[in-house]
Amino acid sequence: MSVIIDYQKPSVQGYYGDFGGAYIPEMLHANVAELREQYLNIMQEDSFQEEFQALLRDYVGRPTPLFYAARLSEKYNTNIYLKREDLCHTGAHKINNTVGQILLARRLGKTRIIAETGAGQHGVATATVCALKGMQCIVYMGEKDIERQAPNVARMKMLGAEVRPATSGSKTLKDATNEAIRDWINHPQDTHYIIGSVVGPHPYPDMVARFQSVISEEIKKQLQAKTGSELPTHVIACVGGGSNAAGAFYHFLNDVTVKLIAVEAAGEGVQSGKTAATTALGTMGILHGSKSLLMQTADGQVVEPHSISAGLDYPGIGPLHANLFKSGRGIFISATDEEALEAAFMVSKTEGIIPALETAHAFAALDQLIFDKNDQVVICLSGRGDKDLATYMARL
Amino acid sequence: MNNRLQKIFEQEKKILNVYFTAGYPELESTIPIMELLAKHGADIIELGMPYSDPLADGPVIQASSTIALGNGMSIEKLFEQLAAFRENSQLQNTGVILMGYMNPILQYGFEAFCAKASAVGIDGLILPDLPEYEFEKIYGEIIKKYGLNFIFLITPETSEQRIRKLDELSSGFLYAVSSSSTTGSATNKEFVTAYLQRLATYKLSNPILVGFGIKDKESFTMAAEYTSGAIIGSAFIQALGTGKDINEIIPAFLNPIIT
Repeated sequence: MSVIIDYQKPSVQGYYGDFGGAYIPEMLHANVAELREQYLNIMQEDSFQEEFQALLRDYVGRPTPLFYAARLSEKYNTNIYLKREDLCHTGAHKINNTVGQILLARRLGKTRIIAETGAGQHGVATATVCALKGMQCIVYMGEKDIERQAPNVARMKMLGAEVRPATSGSKTLKDATNEAIRDWINHPQDTHYIIGSVVGPHPYPDMVARFQSVISEEIKKQLQAKTGSELPTHVIACVGGGSNAAGAFYHFLNDVTVKLIAVEAAGEGVQSGKTAATTALGTMGILHGSKSLLMQTADGQVVEPHSISAGLDYPGIGPLHANLFKSGRGIFISATDEEALEAAFMVSKTEGIIPALETAHAFAALDQLIFDKNDQVVICLSGRGDKDLATYMARL
Repeated sequence: MNNRLQKIFEQEKKILNVYFTAGYPELESTIPIMELLAKHGADIIELGMPYSDPLADGPVIQASSTIALGNGMSIEKLFEQLAAFRENSQLQNTGVILMGYMNPILQYGFEAFCAKASAVGIDGLILPDLPEYEFEKIYGEIIKKYGLNFIFLITPETSEQRIRKLDELSSGFLYAVSSSSTTGSATNKEFVTAYLQRLATYKLSNPILVGFGIKDKESFTMAAEYTSGAIIGSAFIQALGTGKDINEIIPAFLNPIIT
C-alpha cells in the first residue's frame, strides 16, 4: 500500500512538508490564533457559503469562462485553454480571496482592513470589497510600485482606500508586506489583515488557497463539459507568492497525472543578480511569518528581488509551492522580463487578449515546454493588462 | 547555565536594560558603546543583530539595522567583536543578551549560533519570531544545552494562561511589551499602568522588564513602578543617531535616567 501524500492541506501547525508554520512575534499571536481557530468553522457555515457564493456569482462574475484558444493551440500544436480570471471584476483573480476574507473579517467583528499590494491588483480588489461592505481600507504599497502601477493607485483612491507608501528596503512588495504586518501589530483589536497571496503565517496560506481554489473547481467542471475529462494534462500559472497558481492547481494537486507548471519571474536572467526566481536561487528561510524558500545572502539577509512585473517581484514563495518544488510534484521554470514582454504581445495578437505582465510569464513558458497534440493544457490567465499599458506602450 | 542575569535581578534596584543595534552607528562601535553603557549604569545590554526585515521593530530600529548591515555587520562579525568582551573589566558583570530574528540565525546554524553565543559569554536570547510551539518542539532544548536564557515577549493581548506558560518557558526575565506595538510607538499611560498592575498580581516566576515606548526618566519610573525595570531602545538609537561623540551621548542619555 502506498502512502498518500496530501499536497493540499497543511498540518495542524500549518506545515506543508518542511514548509510553513507561524513564525510571528507575540504581538501578532492573539490575532493569528483567533484566525486559525475560526477560519475553517466560519468558511463552512451555511450563511457564509451562501453570501460568498452569491458574491462570486453576482459581483465577481463567476464562473469565469474556460476559453479554447484556437490560434494559440495551432501555434503550439496542442490544445490550449485559458481560464479567464482576467474577466473577474477588477481584472484579476485577486478578488476571489478578498471577497472571502472581507466576509470572514466581518464575522470576526473587525472594522478596519489593511492589505499589502505589489502590482496593485490585490490592493484594488481589497479596496473594492471594503467599499462594497463600507469598511475602512488602508493599502500598503512599495514606493517603486506606486510609480510603476499608477492606474491601480488611482483606482484604489477612487474606491475610497488610503494608499500608504512603503519606503524601506527595495520599496516593493516585500516592504509593503512588512509595513502591513507592522500596522497589524499596532492595531491588535479592530483590524483584519487581508494578505493577497498564499504567504504569511498559518492559516493564511491555507485560507487564501481555499478561497482561490474556486479557479480549479471551475476548470474541472468546464473541462469535463468540453472534453469529457475533468483532468487536463498540464496546468500552467505564474508564481510570485503564488495565489493564482495555488487556485489553479488546488483540485489537481493530488491527481499526480496532471503536470503542474509554475512560472517564476527570472527578471533579467536567473544568474543576473536581478531576478525573482525564488525556487531557482532560494534556500530554506523565514520571511513574513512562514518557513519557505527565500532568496537571501549567506548571512541570511533577504535579497532585494527584481522583476518587470510588480506582482511577481517578491523574494519568497508560498509554503505550499515550496513543498511542490521540493517534492517534485510541481515543475518550476522561469521567464525573463524580455520573454514575458514578447509573450504579452504574442498573446494579444494571437488571441485578442492583453494579459497582465504577471500572466505573460505563464504564456512565455509555452516556448520552453514540449506538448503532444492530444494534450489538454490549461493556462491560468490571472489578470488583464490594462494596468501595464505604460510598460507595453514603451515597446510599441 | 550561568546566573549572571539572575544575580542582576537579585539587586535592590530597578534594572535598566538598554538596546542598541550591533554595528551602529559604525561597524566597530559595538564594544565601545557596550563599555560606555555598562560604565554609565546599564545593568543589561540588549544587542540587536541587524536583519533586513525586522517585523517586530519600528522605523528607528529598522533604519539603524539597515545602516549596520551597510557597515558590514553580520552574526559572524558580531561574534568576532564579542570574542573577548568578558575580559573587559567594565563588562564582566553586565548582562548581555542578543536580540534578533530567526532567519539569519538559521543560516548561521541554530546550534552553532547558540554554542558560539555561550562561548563568548552571552547570557540570553530574545528572538521575537520564534514562537513557543517551535521553541518547545525544537529550539528550546538547544538553547538550554548551551546554558542560555531565553526571554519571551508578552503583550496586553496575551491571556493570563498564556502568560503563565511563557513565564514557565522563559528564564532570566519576561519582556512585557507596554503597548501592543512595534518599537518606538507612543503609549497610553493609564492603559500601561493598568496592564503592569495586572501583571504584578500574577506573581510570575520571572522578573518583568517593560519594553517599547520607554524614553526617559519619567517613562522609566512609570514602567518600573510595578515591575523589575525597563528596556530603552528606539530613544537610545535616536540619541546615537545624532552623530555626536558617544563619550558625550551615553552619559548624557543615561545619567538623568539612573539618578
